[in-house]
Amino acid sequence: MDLKPLAIAGREIRSRLFMGTGKFSSPAVMARCLEASGAEVVTVALRRVELGNPQDDILSRVDRNKYLLLPNTSGARDAAEAVRIARLAREASGINWLKLEVTPEPNYLLPDPVETLKAAEILVKEGFVILPYINADPVLAKRLQDAGCAAVMPLGAPIGTGRGVKTADQIRIIVEQATVPVVVDAGLGLPSHVCQSFELGADAVLVNTAVAAAGDPVKMAEAFRLAVESSAAARMAGPMNESGRASASSPLTGFLR
Amino acid sequence: MEITVNGKSLALESEMPLDRFLADRGLPEASVVERNGEIIQRDRRHLVTLREGDVLEIVRLVGGG
Repeated sequence: MDLKPLAIAGREIRSRLFMGTGKFSSPAVMARCLEASGAEVVTVALRRVELGNPQDDILSRVDRNKYLLLPNTSGARDAAEAVRIARLAREASGINWLKLEVTPEPNYLLPDPVETLKAAEILVKEGFVILPYINADPVLAKRLQDAGCAAVMPLGAPIGTGRGVKTADQIRIIVEQATVPVVVDAGLGLPSHVCQSFELGADAVLVNTAVAAAGDPVKMAEAFRLAVESSAAARMAGPMNESGRASASSPLTGFLR
Repeated sequence: MEITVNGKSLALESEMPLDRFLADRGLPEASVVERNGEIIQRDRRHLVTLREGDVLEIVRLVGGG
């Protein structure tokens, strides 16, 4: 099986690992993690400026020639807020790509499917390239794809939990039906979760907390890069078929009896 | 006169151009301004005069997932 380069909305993306930029101990550590991860797509958020408290500008740490910014709409509780944030984010970033996320309740930050679809329909018409963060709902994924979204981003587990791919069966169905790339987002905590996502057929993964909250974030960014490379190599290699019965790996002849 | 900036009310002595207001407060170059729900493009800030009751949202990109 060959593995074509990932393309979203006609743009070729050189790494199947997307990185978030939140929760890092410093902008410098974040920059080193981005480097070590090999990621091209990096997410950013939009927040109010604190008057009289100028902070380090994240854009100054992200080389725009090297990374593709993917602003998110985190904080949006409904479609109207998401649309408003989207327009501001486009103005701030200068690009029309958007990770659409609408998470009205704070405990699990689960995405609201109705508001997400509503916002996607509006924003696609406005020319945005929309990558919606969704629960792993195959019907919703298809509706969003039909609405013109450029990818779908089903969760493995709630944001920042590191619990892994708890939604494997649904992600498999999403992949089966998808005509746009499937990016497993949220909940991945270990490189093995990345491997599992690709084994389910995902086209890319997005991690943030798993790297930012690691003991050595830069080393963990490298570990995730290697997991993605390993997964891609395995898919190209073509995995063996599973079997219910043992099949000896050593010759069965020439015993001492 | 009073305006609202990022949810907080702020007293200004008089009406003033938006670009001057931003410069006076040392706002980051990359911030985006919305006035009364409408985004004001960077190159149009000098054309906008802040008036009594205006509501500003001033935002910027930060780290996020």
